[in-house]
Amino acid sequence: MKIEQAMWLHERHELALEELCELSGLSETELRELVDYGVLAPVDSDARHWSFRADRLVLARSARRLRRDFDLDPHGVALVVTLLERLRDLEDELRDLRARLPGGGAG
Amino acid sequence: MKYKDYYGVMGVDRKASAEEIKNAYRKLARKYHPDVSKEKDAEEKFKELGEAYETLKDPEKRAAYDQLGSHRPGQEFQPPPGWERQFGGGSFSFDDLDLGDLFAGITGGMHRAGRRGGKVPIPGEDYEVTAHITLEDAYRGTEVDLELTVPEYDESGFAHRVRRAFKARIPKGATDGQRLRLAGKGGKGLNGGRDGDLYLNIALHPHRLFRASGHDLYLDLPLAPWEAVLGTSVQVPTPGGAVRLKIPPGTHAGRHLRIAGRGLPKPHGGEGDLFAIVQVAVPTVTSERERALFKELAEASTFNPRGHFEQEAAK
Repeated sequence: MKIEQAMWLHERHELALEELCELSGLSETELRELVDYGVLAPVDSDARHWSFRADRLVLARSARRLRRDFDLDPHGVALVVTLLERLRDLEDELRDLRARLPGGGAG
Repeated sequence: MKYKDYYGVMGVDRKASAEEIKNAYRKLARKYHPDVSKEKDAEEKFKELGEAYETLKDPEKRAAYDQLGSHRPGQEFQPPPGWERQFGGGSFSFDDLDLGDLFAGITGGMHRAGRRGGKVPIPGEDYEVTAHITLEDAYRGTEVDLELTVPEYDESGFAHRVRRAFKARIPKGATDGQRLRLAGKGGKGLNGGRDGDLYLNIALHPHRLFRASGHDLYLDLPLAPWEAVLGTSVQVPTPGGAVRLKIPPGTHAGRHLRIAGRGLPKPHGGEGDLFAIVQVAVPTVTSERERALFKELAEASTFNPRGHFEQEAAK
């Protein structure tokens, strides 16, 4: 059986604007709106051709799904995605704190 | 073909109004949407919900669905005579069709007339799966067996669910919550549309000794009271093999001793660190001699671990 190679969605990889659109299913207009609303930031916003950290694809895909499944307008998507990001950051922090607790916080 | 109870999935009456169906969808979507839900099987439940809503929100599809009658979910059934001519726009075999795929194909009364039968390129569906791996697998890199049920289309444009199994290589550098993309391993694209992707969400099984935070690892290190007081050198397990760790005299409980570069490898080189968290383990004293020695220590020592309580009370 052929073994498939997986690619990291990692901050060290970068995706061009067009790639991010294709992979997330967002149109270029939608993606630029997310950038305007401060949800997504290109690596260098002054660059002629924008590129994004590959881990931003997870967020862009969430935005696409939320817009489609909840009929949200761009402001609504921006709000939900921002809150989701905060939730993920808090979960990471919680995981980190649990790891530091003797016994893993299991009591 | 197996029956699916779309009204049951949405928790609405068969006579529900379009507004009631929309409200039920919104309520359940908030509960099960994979991006916001913590429910078990959220992804699966949301797919069922989406499929039910796609059919019931469209008056034409809903009428076609209603004419199939009411059956038990999962029950094999045949549509009433003439059903496929009226709604499907042609005759075809129902035997191994999925009800959801059938309704997805009914657009404007002509099966596959618009979307899938036309010439517009349609990208294949993306899939997301969680790969549960051990910490040892993350350390070394591993292969995981994956199985997906994806639609494939026959000549008349109808989807048939097929199981696809394959192996994927997870390179070393994975840790909890990390994502990987397998290009083109999702659903097949149509009319020249690109194939969908498969996204892997890495979840580490809890380990008996190590707890991961990013690429750093934490380990509880129990010391005997005299080891913590006098200092010592102990053997500490790490994923890459045991190392010796020097414990300085007067090491107290809760202290983090860092063992650099002994955590999980990172995807682009370098490693996280391992932190040994000191715990002072209290022995169950059984022998007379041990008890006598502790008593002697208690009498000889001026150590007062609660001195700060007294200072506080004296203020």
